[in-house]
Amino acid sequence: MGSPVTGAEGAPLAAASSTSPGLKPPTRRSTELVLLAFAAGLVTIALILVDANQEKELTIQILWLGLSFLGVLTVAHLAVRRWAPYADPVILPCVALLNGLGLVMIHRIDLAMADVALPGGQPWSDAAPKQVLWTAIALVLFCASLKVLSDHRTLAKYGYTFGFLGLVALVLPGVLPSFIAPEINGAKIWLAFGAFSIQPGEFAKILLMVFFAAFLVSKRDLFTTAGRRVLGLDLPRARDLGPLVAAWAVGVSIMVLQKDLGSSLLFFGIVLVLLYVATERAAWVVLGVVMFSIGAVVAWQLFGHVKIRVQNWLDPFEDARDAGYQILQSLFGLGTGGLFGAGLGGGRPDQIPEANTDFITAVIGEELGFVGLSAVLLIYTVLAMRGLRAALSVRDTFGKLLGGGLAFAVAFQIFIIVGGVTKLIPMTGITAPFLSKGGSSLLANYILVALLLRISDAARGPKSTPKPRPQQPAIADQFTVMVERPK
Amino acid sequence: MNKPLRRVGLAMMAMMVLLLANATYVQVIKSDDYRTNPLNRRVVLDQFSRERGQIIAAGGETIATVEKTTDRLRYLRKYAGPAYAPVTGYFSTVFGASGLERAEDDLLSGSDDRLFSRRVSDLIKGRDPKGGSLQLTVDYALQQAAYDSLQGVTGSVVALRPQTGEILAMASTPSYDPNVLASHDVDEQREAWKGLIAEDANLPMLNRSVAGLYAPGSTFKLVVAAAALAEGKTKESEVDGRPVITLPGTQTTLPNFNDTNCGNGVTATLQEALAKSCNTAFAVLADQLGKDKLNRQAAKFGFDDADLEIPLGVETSTLGPMPDRPAIFQTGIGQRDALVTPLENAVVAATIANDGVRMRPHLVQKVLAPDLQVISEDKGDDVAEAMQPEHARALRDMMVESEKNTFQGGRLSGVSIASKTGTAERGEDVKSTKPNAWYVAFAPAEKPEIAIAVIVENGGDAGLAATGGKVAAPIGRAVIGAYLGSR
Repeated sequence: MGSPVTGAEGAPLAAASSTSPGLKPPTRRSTELVLLAFAAGLVTIALILVDANQEKELTIQILWLGLSFLGVLTVAHLAVRRWAPYADPVILPCVALLNGLGLVMIHRIDLAMADVALPGGQPWSDAAPKQVLWTAIALVLFCASLKVLSDHRTLAKYGYTFGFLGLVALVLPGVLPSFIAPEINGAKIWLAFGAFSIQPGEFAKILLMVFFAAFLVSKRDLFTTAGRRVLGLDLPRARDLGPLVAAWAVGVSIMVLQKDLGSSLLFFGIVLVLLYVATERAAWVVLGVVMFSIGAVVAWQLFGHVKIRVQNWLDPFEDARDAGYQILQSLFGLGTGGLFGAGLGGGRPDQIPEANTDFITAVIGEELGFVGLSAVLLIYTVLAMRGLRAALSVRDTFGKLLGGGLAFAVAFQIFIIVGGVTKLIPMTGITAPFLSKGGSSLLANYILVALLLRISDAARGPKSTPKPRPQQPAIADQFTVMVERPK
Repeated sequence: MNKPLRRVGLAMMAMMVLLLANATYVQVIKSDDYRTNPLNRRVVLDQFSRERGQIIAAGGETIATVEKTTDRLRYLRKYAGPAYAPVTGYFSTVFGASGLERAEDDLLSGSDDRLFSRRVSDLIKGRDPKGGSLQLTVDYALQQAAYDSLQGVTGSVVALRPQTGEILAMASTPSYDPNVLASHDVDEQREAWKGLIAEDANLPMLNRSVAGLYAPGSTFKLVVAAAALAEGKTKESEVDGRPVITLPGTQTTLPNFNDTNCGNGVTATLQEALAKSCNTAFAVLADQLGKDKLNRQAAKFGFDDADLEIPLGVETSTLGPMPDRPAIFQTGIGQRDALVTPLENAVVAATIANDGVRMRPHLVQKVLAPDLQVISEDKGDDVAEAMQPEHARALRDMMVESEKNTFQGGRLSGVSIASKTGTAERGEDVKSTKPNAWYVAFAPAEKPEIAIAVIVENGGDAGLAATGGKVAAPIGRAVIGAYLGSR
């Protein structure tokens, strides 16, 4: 497609989205505020329903909780209004609704687990207050990201730094000794500091995406150079396979060292999409899928934990009381919920192990039914599509690539986890963005949204006058390559 | 770069469509499979974690209640014991429910519509939802006495209040202890169940009072007599008195008991024929009345009522098809294809006692809210006028004569009983198969307070020599004595 330097394709889009330089396009911030209030209202109603069904007692406190949720959202809204006034007005409300629903569901699962644990004398501590704290921290980080990062293109400058940090963060828990990186539920993806633990992989996801986007933009033409043509596909030259092989190696090592199949799949999928978008070559995708399949088959042959996941997917009833227990309970919950669900607070989330993290969408499916689960999936779809829209209309290639990658990451992550929970694909432990319990996931995904908002702000904002971009050494590199191209 | 981005968007949509399609499969198409899968404990947990209502006897004595526990099912069902098992049934986490536990499950579990306003107020006032309670017509002491009087034999006793249809007692032996089936220890339940369904256990969970169908034998002569009285016969009318007759068109003979004469050996009065239980007289009478009149009279007494619920379901008593004249002869003495439940035979006695007016038999006197406020009360209703009052009184006099002609074991002094015995032959080879012994009666004859039916299977302890008079009558008199003596 067009050259990144001249912005050949960016220009008409810019003209379409913003009128003459003197006239400012509408910011749509009020739309966002109304949608946020709507989301806060829905979340409050959900909380009321949970408490009505569970505690059988309704207190005025719920209204205060709802109002404070709205208050926190308003702060985020003001940050957007201040630092990204032209950002997409739908993205933040989608996130708010998912985050709020997640908090309500975690609270609801707390009630169920306390019901089970307390009469038996087992200790139980509520997860919801901690998650509320994480939400507050995440929103602070969200606001800070918007303030600090006034132009997403700045990120491209630090591409390699981010890449290095991301790689370290990704590999760290896998190679560190287990007193600091304990193996929890079979996966070695946490770093524990006393009572407090983080999943560096969640942040690595974003860091590496920034790196790949920057790297691919600067070296784009290397990858578009065709190698041999086989079966209608333009295969790349063998020496250009380097990055793909590196990504593949990283993906497989996550699978082996950390036993984290979900992250491995997610990471590899994102890299493939970035490659495809950057080069417009389906060959990369085909090649990548083949490589991943080979890696997966080998891993399945060699490693027990992969084999069990596949076995549970093929026939969970085979070991229904042990290995297949979790996925079966998830399916039973979904089936019992049926079309309209058991009602918020009416289900049995205590039956599903890990209900408030990986399997939170199963609890939503049980209590809100197929209708509720579909609604949640559609919110994610809207979120991802809005992100993609920002990527489509932003004018710089780095923004396009990063925006597309971030949007795809959201959709692909939800596909992996909901697909696993509903037995569409083998279950791989991964969080549902914004819904699942877990601070790292929440922080990372709020940063992801801040980036998307920043890109959409650039896309919709009145900065249409094509300015020289002196701060883009990566693109400047390409200039020489481009000159040779039209031979 | 927008073309591949749009394709990525399409891929994202495709993933969502896949997820939605799969969720439809799990939550809509396979919903019932998953909900009813025996490994899915949700439905059971739901029922058991609520405080189930009580079942109490007419005098307020508890026969089923709950006890708080510390395990996750929260309440343990407690029963008064085997004597009351045919009434209450069991409520098991593994084997479902029977008896009133099943028939009135909605009310006892609290989901019945009659408790709706109560549920709403529970929600507002913050109370745990509770089930409603049942106050039965069953007399606590009489039920125990009936059960005790059946010890050592297989059979059933049903006692009714003739004026209302209240079921005062409904005993069945052998019985079982429903407490073990309500145990929260699944293994204990299974162990107990295995013992109960064992072949030599003799069907302890069969509620013979409503689910046992037996040939009525000579007790059916009451119905034939009622039809004859309705056709203008009186107790002085002359009927056939021969010791043996040959069934029309066959070589089959139909003798009186021990081939004795009835009356003078040629004719006898209807009263004498009933008192001495002459087979030939009633076989010929049945033939003279014909199939239709017999069926009509039987239906007026409650035969052929397939919809009867007390609220337990009741097996349908019937005369059978009566395809030819010999069949009508045989049906006239309660053999061939005629089958009744002990409850139905008690209804026949109660109807005669109540001047020919049949009352609907029922077990539940009052439906109570969880706070024991009366939601509804069953005062009994007359469902049919089976006989003219004067005919009923004539039949009563004949039954008083019959009682005088019966073996006097366990006779009560100072109480006049109206009764009819039956010795129902079973099987092909009647001479070597032990008969079932019947006794139906009401007392006091002039002002009836209780009507009963007693069946003892396989002749009880008397074996082949058993007759209704020898085996069943003493049990019946003991039950009548227990009831009248307690007042």
